[in-house]
Amino acid sequence: MELFLYTALFSPLVGSLFAALFSMSAKTKWAGIVPSILLGVSLTSSTILLFFVLGTNSTLHVEMMTWMETGGLYIPFGFVVDQVSVTMMMVVTLVSTVVHVYAIGYMDHDKGFNRFFAWLSAFVFSMMILVMSDNFAGLFIGWEGVGLCSWGLIGFWYQKESATWAANEAFIMNRIADLGMLIGIFLIYWNTGSLQYDIVFPAMATLDTTTLVWIGIFLFIGAMGKSAQFPLHTWLADAMEGPTPVSALIHAATMVTAGVYLVVRSNELYALIPNVGLFIASLGAFVAIFAATMALVNRDIKRVIAYSTLSQLGYMFAAAGLGAYWVALFHLMAHAFFKALLFLGAGNVMHAMDSELDPFKMGGLGKGMKWTMIMMTLASVALAGIFPLAGFFSKDLILEAAFVDHHLIIYGVLLLTAGLTAFYSFRIIALIFHGKDRHTALGFHPHEAYKFMLIAMSPLLLLAIISGFLFKGGFFEMVTTLLPATEYHIHDHLTYWIMTIGTQVFVIASIFYAYKKYMSPDIKVPDGTSAMEQSFKYKLLINQYYIPHFYAEYLVKPYRELSTIFWEKIDMKVVDATVDGIANAFYTTAEQTRGMQSGNLSTMLKWMVAGLIGLLSLAVVFGLAARHSDSIVIMLSGLGV
Amino acid sequence: MEIGLNHYLVLSTILFSIGLVGVMRRKNLLMLFFATEILLNSVNIAFAAISHYYGDLTGQMFAFFVIAIAASEVAVGLGLLIVWHKRYNNIDLDYLNTMKG
Repeated sequence: MELFLYTALFSPLVGSLFAALFSMSAKTKWAGIVPSILLGVSLTSSTILLFFVLGTNSTLHVEMMTWMETGGLYIPFGFVVDQVSVTMMMVVTLVSTVVHVYAIGYMDHDKGFNRFFAWLSAFVFSMMILVMSDNFAGLFIGWEGVGLCSWGLIGFWYQKESATWAANEAFIMNRIADLGMLIGIFLIYWNTGSLQYDIVFPAMATLDTTTLVWIGIFLFIGAMGKSAQFPLHTWLADAMEGPTPVSALIHAATMVTAGVYLVVRSNELYALIPNVGLFIASLGAFVAIFAATMALVNRDIKRVIAYSTLSQLGYMFAAAGLGAYWVALFHLMAHAFFKALLFLGAGNVMHAMDSELDPFKMGGLGKGMKWTMIMMTLASVALAGIFPLAGFFSKDLILEAAFVDHHLIIYGVLLLTAGLTAFYSFRIIALIFHGKDRHTALGFHPHEAYKFMLIAMSPLLLLAIISGFLFKGGFFEMVTTLLPATEYHIHDHLTYWIMTIGTQVFVIASIFYAYKKYMSPDIKVPDGTSAMEQSFKYKLLINQYYIPHFYAEYLVKPYRELSTIFWEKIDMKVVDATVDGIANAFYTTAEQTRGMQSGNLSTMLKWMVAGLIGLLSLAVVFGLAARHSDSIVIMLSGLGV
Repeated sequence: MEIGLNHYLVLSTILFSIGLVGVMRRKNLLMLFFATEILLNSVNIAFAAISHYYGDLTGQMFAFFVIAIAASEVAVGLGLLIVWHKRYNNIDLDYLNTMKG
């Protein structure tokens, strides 16, 4: 089984290195095909490991090699395949395989084709390290690795100013959060003397609550950065500058869920500090509705889906914070499938529309792009949580968990968000695929994507439909060997049915409202004159609550000014001046003393005499000092030296 | 007044100083050789005087060595000087600067 573990882990790396060999040369199909095949191998190995874990109900733990060993510090490169990590491995490898195959078509005409696959496979490798590591240090390597690859892929089209800006924003925000996480890891090591999960978590029960709270908070700061939780959320929407397959893989299905994975992995820690858990849940619920409201008005389909991802991450954190770790993980899995599908569908639309992203300029695309329409609609149904698609099972469970735990405010917020989710998802569906044709007038000639891209997407479609009702039971059985097995049942049958049906009716009503509102033939490309666009609410939402503006004005600008001051005053006048001064001293001395080396024998003789006299006088001084050393000591002590 | 060791040493020092100033000031290569001779012989006086003072012949022996070496040095030096003079037609130190760094 170890062989399969290493295959699953390292074949993406091999694929990445293979593609990287060609990164400077012209596009070759093989640079895309080989990494895709290797990811298929990784997926197969992960599946075999999944059946191994399921079949034997045991876990696999290997130690590849020692990384650091000094004194009391021992960190190996160790990997663990247990019920939680195998779930993540399946999600990661499956979605990445689909996205790789899809990207062969999507990036077809791009100059950076080979480079793209090098980055993308490198990302999968980092993500596998992140989820498979058996200690916090390995997790941190993967954590930074995915951050780096995310930077490279957001800024993939580095000719574009906005893309490099977004890449840097994502990278810097993640660094800020990673500092928090690093402090958390240091605290863990400081207090338990190890970073291995199987040593750390049992040891935590003996620590005092204050320490645990700090560890929990700092680890969660790391998770907030990676999962783009408020107030570090702005990078995710800007990250949509990257190619769409990247958004599907990194910014929907895998990397952004790493924060949720961290919290789920540390469930034994968070179970000891329920107050921090409640904070996480409240923040999650807040982010869920916060992001959903921004998605309501945005006029960029990828950004709408990005906000939707943010909102769903909020759901996951709400579940994890309330202690329903397996529910969070289940929603993570289901969400990965339908959200990746939604993004890839959006990629098809972008391709058809020459990278146009404003849904108001589309309309009636459903005629030419039937399969994309079907896939995106089903993905949106799954996202909205309609029975019997995946979202229904996972999202309903979160709502139930909140209700059963008597966190009615969180429940209410999440329920309202479910309605908003349905509304904005179908708002873009209706605008893109239905209604009057608005794109022909603007000179667009949409066409359906390559057939193999659609076929590549189909596994996600299948999973978005069936993963809910097919996997729920088995998933619960599997992961609860590791996670707390809390079942969330509303004991009163009547309440249960009222809630479930009520939620469904609410969501369906939102969908119909969205269809009715945005399918009407009166929809025009907004030009900023309508009363709605003038209203304060709209302005607040379209400007993302003015938070990016606030950051730019009150954080970035003062920081830049401060940097300028430091540059001009400290760097130029102190640091540089010191260095230059030393160099200048040498120059001046050399300039002054080069007269000595005139080659004139007479001058040299003069210097020789001067040296002789100098040495003689030194000899005299030292001789005298040695003779009178006793009295000198007395004199010096009299001076108080 | 009896002439003692100190007188010899003072004489030696005076001669040494004269030699040193000669080495520093003279531009004529021939004069430089003279100055060197004065230096060496001032030391010889000191050797001989101290040797006599201690009743130990080693110092005087050393003076003989110095005289011998000085003679050979002058022989070589004058040879070089003559060659130099033949080639450049002067023996001024200020023109002797091909070793300039």
